Amino acid sequence: MRNKALMSTGGLVVVLAMSWAVSVRLDGQQTGAGADKAAKYAVPRTAWGDPDLQGQWNSQTSTPLERPLTGALAGKETITDDEAESLEQDHLARGDAPPAAGDPGTYNSFWFDRGKGLKRTSLILDPPDGRVPAYTPEAQQRLEAERAERATRGPADSYADLPPWTRCITRGWNGIGSNYSSNTQIFQSPGYVVVLQELIHEPRFIPLDGRDGIPSGIPQWLGVSRGHWEGDTLVVETRNFEPRGSFRGSSPALVLTERFTRTSADDIDYRFTMHDPSTYVKDWTVGRPMRRETGKITMFEYACHEGNIAMPGILAGARKQEQQGTR
Amino acid sequence: MSQWLKGLLTGGLAAAIVALVATGALRSASQPADVPFSRMPDGKPNLNGIWAASNTANWNVETHRARQGPVAALGAAFSVPAGLGVVEGGAIPYKPEALAQRDANAKGWMVNDPEVKCYLPGVPRATYMPYPFQIVQSTEPNDILVTYEFAAASRIVHMGAPQEAPVDAWMGWSNGRWESDTLVVDVTALVDQTWFDRAGNYHSDALHVVERYTPLGPDVIQYEATIEDPKVFTRSWKMSMPLYRRVEKNAQLMEYKCVEFAEEMMYGHLSKQPRR
Repeated sequence: MRNKALMSTGGLVVVLAMSWAVSVRLDGQQTGAGADKAAKYAVPRTAWGDPDLQGQWNSQTSTPLERPLTGALAGKETITDDEAESLEQDHLARGDAPPAAGDPGTYNSFWFDRGKGLKRTSLILDPPDGRVPAYTPEAQQRLEAERAERATRGPADSYADLPPWTRCITRGWNGIGSNYSSNTQIFQSPGYVVVLQELIHEPRFIPLDGRDGIPSGIPQWLGVSRGHWEGDTLVVETRNFEPRGSFRGSSPALVLTERFTRTSADDIDYRFTMHDPSTYVKDWTVGRPMRRETGKITMFEYACHEGNIAMPGILAGARKQEQQGTR
Repeated sequence: MSQWLKGLLTGGLAAAIVALVATGALRSASQPADVPFSRMPDGKPNLNGIWAASNTANWNVETHRARQGPVAALGAAFSVPAGLGVVEGGAIPYKPEALAQRDANAKGWMVNDPEVKCYLPGVPRATYMPYPFQIVQSTEPNDILVTYEFAAASRIVHMGAPQEAPVDAWMGWSNGRWESDTLVVDVTALVDQTWFDRAGNYHSDALHVVERYTPLGPDVIQYEATIEDPKVFTRSWKMSMPLYRRVEKNAQLMEYKCVEFAEEMMYGHLSKQPRR
């Protein structure tokens, strides 16, 4: 908690965010037990009769989205407790290793909360190989054009060349890839669920009253969500995604379906399905368990932009390198 | 129309007017309404919904006249509207040296106002910025969420036993409780970098805000914020204003993720030249 409080206070977080993509992850297994368990567990109700999802939840896990093609997790769906433990130790050790010569390095393991690994080797439940399905020819063309366009500029010619994470605009609707603070608090009122993400203090509004969406040409970074109950499960359908908020190549035509099911006092079985036929050759589904935060205080104000010294640092550094002819 | 019917209608109308005037006159700002409002299953007033102030307090919480805006090219579209102010008693009781600081802030507001940079606006300013906000209220002891369209600023109002703030924050630390039909929110641990408005009215890190949300009917909340900051003010003072429900059936908060609107101003000088 102590280190978390420190992290929440400044621009340090931005630098941490930038390292998310390169970290190597490990893990364990947990097969999808959601539906079976839910049948046995009597889900508590709000005072107005909806299934009660309220509280603070943590989704942090070191299990990767995709099953690695090489290394200890390759080629199998699950690992044993012992394997998970040994990977965890390797992982921590790697975080504390000194950087390569010439690399200023990043924070050590103390500053990160990568979470425990699941016994699964990927968050992707379907397809069974644990990998994002292949892109359609149309998507390959689109992504290639984006890459080519991006290649016309240096890595930090302008603030707009940096990713929305670094710019503190958004961590997206799932925050997968963050090395810390994957906390949410769920709020409910009659006809509404709001999922507040600690990262960038982003709320996701989920009206349950069956209202219409908004016109498809009006994008939002977190999309526009509509929800309903299927038994004890909150089902959320989200559209209208901002093109620059793409997740794993998704297009603005993505239709995201999420399912939240309480399976015990301290667990929510959370899954989402990516339906974007212009991008992926088939739909894919991710399971990312949410565990109740039992600490007294867990949600902090993540004032990312206010302490963003990384942006001027990165841009000024790039200008300096140009001046010196080192870029 | 017969004489007696005319008399009845006129009399009835007069009686209705008398009743309206009387209820308005007798009810002080923070007294609960005699117009019914909905309640939650636990009996507390139901404050759920999307709300917005309808005043010019974000320009200046004190009374102010209209004036030319800072960007001449925008003419009448972005000049400053007049307003009667929301500070009870008229003026903020600044210490003399603090008043000088306020005036200096006002001169440089386009550079120094945290709103311009899309920084989290703090409390109470978030309430009366020209953007709606949403209250998400469950039954006790669940927390209440207050979330604002501007910059996705969000506050968790901790209900039940008050909790000590773990660290200072832009939106502070909020502990809530009910006093009769009023939601009282005690806000501490606010950073000293937010302002009250675009006129440079400000506070220090000693700021303590007590907010009171009292329903006056189904679609109006009377909002009061008592401001205490012994480093800046000679005494505590209060601002108050009504908040109105956005009654459209499809009302919802949209994103105003303003970071990207502030980047050119904040980082543009660090871009590669010539610009592409």
